[in-house]
Amino acid sequence: MSEIQFEARGVRKAYGRTEALRGVSLTIGAGEVVAISGPSGSGKSTLLLALAGLIRPEAGEIAYDGARLDDLGEAHRTRLRRRQFGVVLQFGQLVPELTAAQNVALPLLLERHDRAAARRLALGQLERFGALDLADALPGELSGGEAQRVAAARALVTGPRVIFADEPTGALDTVGGEHLLKTLLGAARDNDATVVMVTHDNRVAARADREIFLRDGVIA
Amino acid sequence: MGVSHVLLGVLADGPAHGYDLKRAHDERFPATKAMPYGQVYSALQRLQRDHLVEIVETVQEGGPERTVYALTDAGRTELASWLEATEPAGPYAADELVRKTVTALWRGTDAADYLQRQRTVHLGRMRELLALQASVSDTTARIAVDHTIFHLDADLRWLEAAAARVADAHQVTHRGEAKA
Repeated sequence: MSEIQFEARGVRKAYGRTEALRGVSLTIGAGEVVAISGPSGSGKSTLLLALAGLIRPEAGEIAYDGARLDDLGEAHRTRLRRRQFGVVLQFGQLVPELTAAQNVALPLLLERHDRAAARRLALGQLERFGALDLADALPGELSGGEAQRVAAARALVTGPRVIFADEPTGALDTVGGEHLLKTLLGAARDNDATVVMVTHDNRVAARADREIFLRDGVIA
Repeated sequence: MGVSHVLLGVLADGPAHGYDLKRAHDERFPATKAMPYGQVYSALQRLQRDHLVEIVETVQEGGPERTVYALTDAGRTELASWLEATEPAGPYAADELVRKTVTALWRGTDAADYLQRQRTVHLGRMRELLALQASVSDTTARIAVDHTIFHLDADLRWLEAAAARVADAHQVTHRGEAKA
């Protein structure tokens, strides 16, 4: 395997009395495309959020590039997420008051990019995902599949080293999902980016270099 | 060899005669055609020839003579290696896949491990087909590949459901034990 980028050891996370992760250990190499799959409630999304530093595990540790994510301060982690991680969550999670193009440009503006340059980059990403005609639409006007394409464009706009995607094709039909995935994985390959995607679609899992299959919060 | 292995699976519970074997087979596979007696006896003859089963008793209780068969050590080994090996993820694997999974579940084998390994085989085949699909530009060829991919997907979903039912059944059993 290529150089180890993520290393998780004994990661545990519970929501109330429900244990979502019950001791997960894994490594992910830089540039690898990994699918996290498993039945509903097996802990897939929780594992993705923990790797992306969006939630803190109760036990165990996660290292990114050799540094423990939970040792980093909140500001440091936020900076890491903005600069190095691109995240596509289920249902897009776009900011409802902003147009598609503004949503895509948002990660750049948060990093104090010039407004005109940010818009130009955002439009380029939208075009890549065949969503240029949606640039001025508000999220409320988009279908589920359109919102997913815009969210994918937003995740890639900063040229992240790691792309996290939770059910990236969940709202799309077979052919639409295939196009989005092809674009997403193609963009990742161009940047040598790592991809970690949660999916319950076997055809999506088969596109990954490797599958991590969870059952009841542990790797099966 | 599929049906023969199912018979070996039934005999692993103890010696039985042809009628018992037919009935056990038909109970385990209610969605398939009932097994004709002729097929049971020809399968048993083959298994006996290959030393996988042996005749342990011939009983006659008023009616016709009934032969009781038992698994040999070689038969037990053969059954174990059949249950252990994954099936090729080819277009005709489905029947054997169903036979093996159901037999494994009846035997109480660690089905979760088998199902997981079979999943890897299927997913690997799907990966090859997706690569093949990406390499052809002809739409009709892509559609044809879709057909196989969707069948593999159906197999994978069925394997997943089987694993979930096994897990569920274990939980029910354990709850029952806890109550008792």
